[in-house]
Amino acid sequence: MNFAVINTEIFILALGLFAVVMDLILPRNESHKSIGAVLIFSLTAWLLYMFTMYTGPFDPTLGFMSPDRYFTKTLYIVDNYALFFKQLFIVAVIFTMLFASDYVQSVLRYKGEFYAILMLALLGMCVLASANDFLTLFIGLELMTISFYILVGARMSSKDSSEAAVKYLIVGSVSTAVMLYGISLVYGSVGSIQFFEVCRNPHLFYPTGIVGITLIMVGFFFKLSIIPFHMWAPDVYQGAPTPVTALLAMGSKAAGIAAFMRALYVAFPMLGMYWLPILSFLAAICMVFGNIMAIKQRDVKRMLAYSSIAQAGYMMVGIIAADVAGMKAVMFYAMLYVFANVGAFAVLSVVEAKKGSTSHDAMSGLSQSAPVLAAVMTISLLSMAGIPPTAGFAGKLYLFTAVVDQGYLWLAFVGFVMSMISVYYYLLVAKAMYLGKGDGDKWVISGAMRAAVVLSVVATILFGVWPEKLAELTNLAASTFLQ
Amino acid sequence: MASFPLLTSVLLAPIAAAILLCFVSAKSVQSVRVICATAMSVGLLLTVYAFFSYDLSAGGMQFVEDVPWIKDLGVHYALGVDGISLPMLLLTELIGLAAVFSSWSIEKRPKEFYILLMILIAGVTGTFIARDLFIFLLCYEVVVIPIYIMVIIWGSTKRVSKEYAGMKLTIYLLMGSAFMLVGVVALYLQAFPPEMRTFDMQALAQAAAMGHFSEGFQIFAFFLLLLGFGSLLSMFPFHSWSPDGYAGAPTAVSMIHAGVLKKIGGYGLIRLGLLVLPLGAKFWGPLIAGLAMINVMYAAYIALAQHDLKYVIGYSSVSHMGYVLLGFAALNVVSISGAVANMVAHGVMSALFFAMIGYVYERTHMRSVKELRGLAHQMPRVATGFMLAGMASLGLPGLIGFMPEFTIFVGSFSVYPVFAVVAIAGIIFTALYTLRMLAKILFGPRDSRFDKFEDAKGVAMMPLIILGIALVGFGIFPQLLMGMVGSGTEQLLPLLDRIADAPAFLGGVR
Repeated sequence: MNFAVINTEIFILALGLFAVVMDLILPRNESHKSIGAVLIFSLTAWLLYMFTMYTGPFDPTLGFMSPDRYFTKTLYIVDNYALFFKQLFIVAVIFTMLFASDYVQSVLRYKGEFYAILMLALLGMCVLASANDFLTLFIGLELMTISFYILVGARMSSKDSSEAAVKYLIVGSVSTAVMLYGISLVYGSVGSIQFFEVCRNPHLFYPTGIVGITLIMVGFFFKLSIIPFHMWAPDVYQGAPTPVTALLAMGSKAAGIAAFMRALYVAFPMLGMYWLPILSFLAAICMVFGNIMAIKQRDVKRMLAYSSIAQAGYMMVGIIAADVAGMKAVMFYAMLYVFANVGAFAVLSVVEAKKGSTSHDAMSGLSQSAPVLAAVMTISLLSMAGIPPTAGFAGKLYLFTAVVDQGYLWLAFVGFVMSMISVYYYLLVAKAMYLGKGDGDKWVISGAMRAAVVLSVVATILFGVWPEKLAELTNLAASTFLQ
Repeated sequence: MASFPLLTSVLLAPIAAAILLCFVSAKSVQSVRVICATAMSVGLLLTVYAFFSYDLSAGGMQFVEDVPWIKDLGVHYALGVDGISLPMLLLTELIGLAAVFSSWSIEKRPKEFYILLMILIAGVTGTFIARDLFIFLLCYEVVVIPIYIMVIIWGSTKRVSKEYAGMKLTIYLLMGSAFMLVGVVALYLQAFPPEMRTFDMQALAQAAAMGHFSEGFQIFAFFLLLLGFGSLLSMFPFHSWSPDGYAGAPTAVSMIHAGVLKKIGGYGLIRLGLLVLPLGAKFWGPLIAGLAMINVMYAAYIALAQHDLKYVIGYSSVSHMGYVLLGFAALNVVSISGAVANMVAHGVMSALFFAMIGYVYERTHMRSVKELRGLAHQMPRVATGFMLAGMASLGLPGLIGFMPEFTIFVGSFSVYPVFAVVAIAGIIFTALYTLRMLAKILFGPRDSRFDKFEDAKGVAMMPLIILGIALVGFGIFPQLLMGMVGSGTEQLLPLLDRIADAPAFLGGVR
């Protein structure tokens, strides 16, 4: 039991409990923004501290099982890969809290709980990134997903929110059941749930093992909203409170990817012949249909839901490459996707709070009432589409160079063509914002919101023009993972 | 002066102006305009200095800058100009400054307009001075989105709505660039083993010389690049965005788009297509020549039937790009020099055309050949501009258009005699539609409807002066342009010799 290794998780849990206690102490009529402020500051400090935890390139003298990276045997691993994803989740949560503080204060009835449950969701994501056996993975997944069921339904007065929560609960439970069944089949065929032992066992090639792996993958596909397991995404995205939607799109998805990659590469590397064709087929399907279905949407949140399906497809492309370059690309892309999502959803949360809707009509004239927000929205959407000088371009270049290097030129074709098609529906939003007539009044934007959008856009452009540092970090994380 | 980062300054001038504009109040319109004009003047002066201090005898890349940028991808912030890119850079700066002056009287949200215009100019500038493929792509795609926003806000709706025009323009160019990106990625991966990969175009060209690209690969990759650059250059059958797009776009965007942006296609074909994938260029040469002929004839024929001035010039630019493609396809030093010079010539004249049309349209809100007549009575200066551009367009000796076209014909005749003859015959059509248009709108009896409109003066004269000087200057002293271009294309000689006997599409039809 090496508790020093899981200090991040302990810290986050403590913050969550702190939020609960603060909620009790604060008088009912006092603003709960202070809880958010404390959490933001502590998490930012911890985020910076985490940079010191990275270990250098693999040192053969220490051996493969250097004990200081494990918590209780090999169940729980904190390597550079896990650290990077944890930092990503923390960044996502910090930004979400930054731009959500007004939203929470004005829209939600239970404000303190929002922060507490947010911390638990974050804890779940962190566990997912570190999980090195199937049961730990399952615990992390459940912790994250159950927290999200509650967060999705946090807008008590809204029917859409409740509907979304119930839908998410049902679909989520089914996928959990499917995955659990898969895990049990894998356990049945190899007699272990630890990744290191599963990968060595030849019984995995028996039909039960194959079925088990398929079911586990299906469970992940549900979480990542990969077509054909995507039906829940549009409704849930649209109904959930905007900050929660943002976190679903960037945090939950990245956590799923983190665990998925570890499971595939550590537990099932021998079966690459089996899952690579499936993944490449589904990635292409996601990129094609996610983008095509997004074209028809007239609600921006719903459109972003379909676009997130396409984005999952792009990230799968990196997984298919199955080498250091591919992993690096996935991590790079997941990180820039956080910044793009923050920009887009922060603007949407303002629009939703002012106009009560996020349709194209509600967006119209935004360039006049809030020029900064319109610019942020445009840049963030372009980053999702992969147009330079935003980070999306660099990210796509990393992804597709990795996969073309492995011989999948056709995937790069599909990816580039579909991402150019995606520009069409992103530009429709820009058109609404820049062409439509505003109602003439200038919107007042709070300091926290301003900080969130400006920081996200600066990051988006910085990593687009000069991705050096982020690339180095992801390279370190990826190259030490696949030793 | 040796270490002064001249090209960076040229690139940063518009970017600095754009950033500065963010902090200027939207109400102080005059400061907004002056800042942009100053930035572009600085850029132009530096470029002119570079143009005249470029060492012709030494040739090659000069004013080079090189800073390692992204190590794991092998990207360098590498700038430099040679005899091919320096004329294009000069063209960009000329048209950029002229575009700033032609947008002087924009009243609708001028600050945003100028910010986008500056980003657009910076993007175009970057593509011509980049020696690194990554920087090239970055700058190339940067320009697409400002154009879209500028078209839908400040554009004009006539035959097609401006929203339609903007979206068509954007999607066409982006789809082209999608194919190009696939080609570039394949190229990048094929050139060197993992640890040595680089986006440096010179290194990629060396990789080609060392035989890292098989012939089949070159043919495949060049085709992808041809789709991308060809649609940008409005090569048939990917040309239809061009007239619609120009018609919907505001004056400054039409000027920059027709004047320089389109030329990125031709420039890219030479810089990337020919230098890195010579066997591919050789293979597809006959196809390009055939399409070039269709471009020349078909577009000129359509231009005959147009009434909207912007459509006439739009189709005329498609037709002129046919000459550029023909010059490229012939793959010899003379014809390629002609192609490069023709890009410059067409850039200047089409920008002048659009500036004049913009001026007339802004005043009269008419741009149809059927409505406008006898403008020379009321607007003699504008008429001069129209005449200069029109005469250059049909290749009158003494103006910029003559030498390049002549050079292309000389160069391409020996390779594709049939195509060249047909393309030369296209000049007849060009003369026909240009003269018909000019005669109708400029000459004839005085029409009192236009009495209330003023002739261009003051700032509105600036585009005419700037572009007119280039038009006449390079016409009277063609050696200024041709010498510069020649010093660039001479370096292609060994390369072109090497591929002289390489196989070509359909056995190299003539």
